Amino acid sequence: MAQSGSAPALGAGGRRFKSCCPDHVFSARARAAGVSLQDARIGFAGDVLFDGLSLRLAGGRITALLGRSGCGKSSLLRLIAGLPPPPSRRGDTIWQGRVSLDGNLAREGNIALMEQGNPLLPWCSALDNIVIGARLRGETPDRQRALELLNALGLGDKAQARISTFSGGMKQRAALARTLYEPCPVVLMDEPFAALDAITRWRLQRKAVELLRGRTCLLVTHDPLEALCMGHEILLLKGAPARLESVAVPNANPRDDPPRNLDSQEQQTLHARLLGRLAS
Amino acid sequence: MRLPRRALRLAVLLAGLLALWSLLVHLADVPDYILPGPWAVLRAWRAHSALLLENAAVTLAEITLGMAIAISFGALCALTLIVFATARHWLLPVLVASQALPVFALAPILILWLGYGMASKVAMASLIIFFPVTASFYDGLRRAPRAWMEMARLMTCGQDEGGLWQRWRRALRILLLIRLPAALPAAASGLRIAAATAPIGAIVGEWVGSSEGLGYVMLRANARLQIDLMFAALLTLACMAVLLYVGIDHALRRIAFWSLEDETDHY
Repeated sequence: MAQSGSAPALGAGGRRFKSCCPDHVFSARARAAGVSLQDARIGFAGDVLFDGLSLRLAGGRITALLGRSGCGKSSLLRLIAGLPPPPSRRGDTIWQGRVSLDGNLAREGNIALMEQGNPLLPWCSALDNIVIGARLRGETPDRQRALELLNALGLGDKAQARISTFSGGMKQRAALARTLYEPCPVVLMDEPFAALDAITRWRLQRKAVELLRGRTCLLVTHDPLEALCMGHEILLLKGAPARLESVAVPNANPRDDPPRNLDSQEQQTLHARLLGRLAS
Repeated sequence: MRLPRRALRLAVLLAGLLALWSLLVHLADVPDYILPGPWAVLRAWRAHSALLLENAAVTLAEITLGMAIAISFGALCALTLIVFATARHWLLPVLVASQALPVFALAPILILWLGYGMASKVAMASLIIFFPVTASFYDGLRRAPRAWMEMARLMTCGQDEGGLWQRWRRALRILLLIRLPAALPAAASGLRIAAATAPIGAIVGEWVGSSEGLGYVMLRANARLQIDLMFAALLTLACMAVLLYVGIDHALRRIAFWSLEDETDHY
């Protein structure tokens, strides 16, 4: 069986992006739609995670949300997506918050969510998993675009393979492809690169930044390096009930745009400082 | 590599059982009209093979027809229960209560209503497996993993504003693409139970009143003290039931391939 351990050959770089994300997928206005979350309150069984939290996702940019495990990042994503509280949390539940998209765009049908545990359908091939959204909506699936996404994520030769033969990292990449296939201007991602080996993660973070260009993205992660590499903006989630802290990121010149290489002294210092703030 | 080993194991097992059987008959000196030895049974099988095969075909037809009917009605019933909440509230208690009734007690009534022919046995076989099939289908449909259903809802929620017809089509697509396949592994275990119990229904039906079938052969042979023929009929029935189960199990493994992938063979 093939394992994801071998470094995948990742697409042909930037030129491919245009065909991966054709213009007709988003309307011109939707492309820049930012998202506002206001007055979010989340609590489980008397344990208040958020109390009046507000969050702004800048249109067309990647916002990295950094926080330690268990601080409610995943719940926040579900709240923004409009899903009910996670069923594992029982007892009294507080679950409220106002979500609005710029330009009076409806939340329904405009937000794609990649959850942890990426529930791929075991009876479908990888390709059929990618286009399941289109099939569920009764549209004709764009298999060409799905194939290009799989290619870009290094799964091009596995398009017809059964999901059950995939390793954890391959499943995660397939789930990422499925999320990116959805024609939504807003993408919410929960630890999308957690199950990957270091090299694959490094490559995929770059690829993902490229594929997400033009979309508004909230990337939840507990890895400061990932946040530094991918985020146009970085938010830190701390405390109980949790509050947001903004982190200054280098954005003086175009070289500082994500994906960042993290090779400069300045960025190393930033990483160290970020770790310190996360730990305190 | 694995198949010959399994076949070898099976052969050794069969030979051992036969040896034990003849040893028992030989040592305990059991009279032939209580327990005939394996060779006597084999001789009886060869002498009456035409009769046995003919009647086995009848029983097999009763079993397969009964299964086909129970599976189609069971699947339909489970779908109704899932789709219509009202049906769930009214039908489910009836279904569960009906299980408290011993189905065997219905056999004389079925013979009275449907006659001595095949129909009463088909009805018996399908009645006995209807509940396990329906229950497993329903359970499978109900327990479609939450994560898949949430994903499907999120992917289609842009179509919420559509009319009733559109919402129906959307629900239908979720049913066909997510819920039905997700229910397959659970449904498959129901079908396995059905394959194992349907022969019981058919044979009980034949015992209560019939003019053909393996159950009829057994009763008649018993009355005439042809115990060797009775055992031959029993062996035929056992072989048929095992083959039916293995065949259906094999087919289900191929259809619902993902449910058993990380498990080892259990026979």
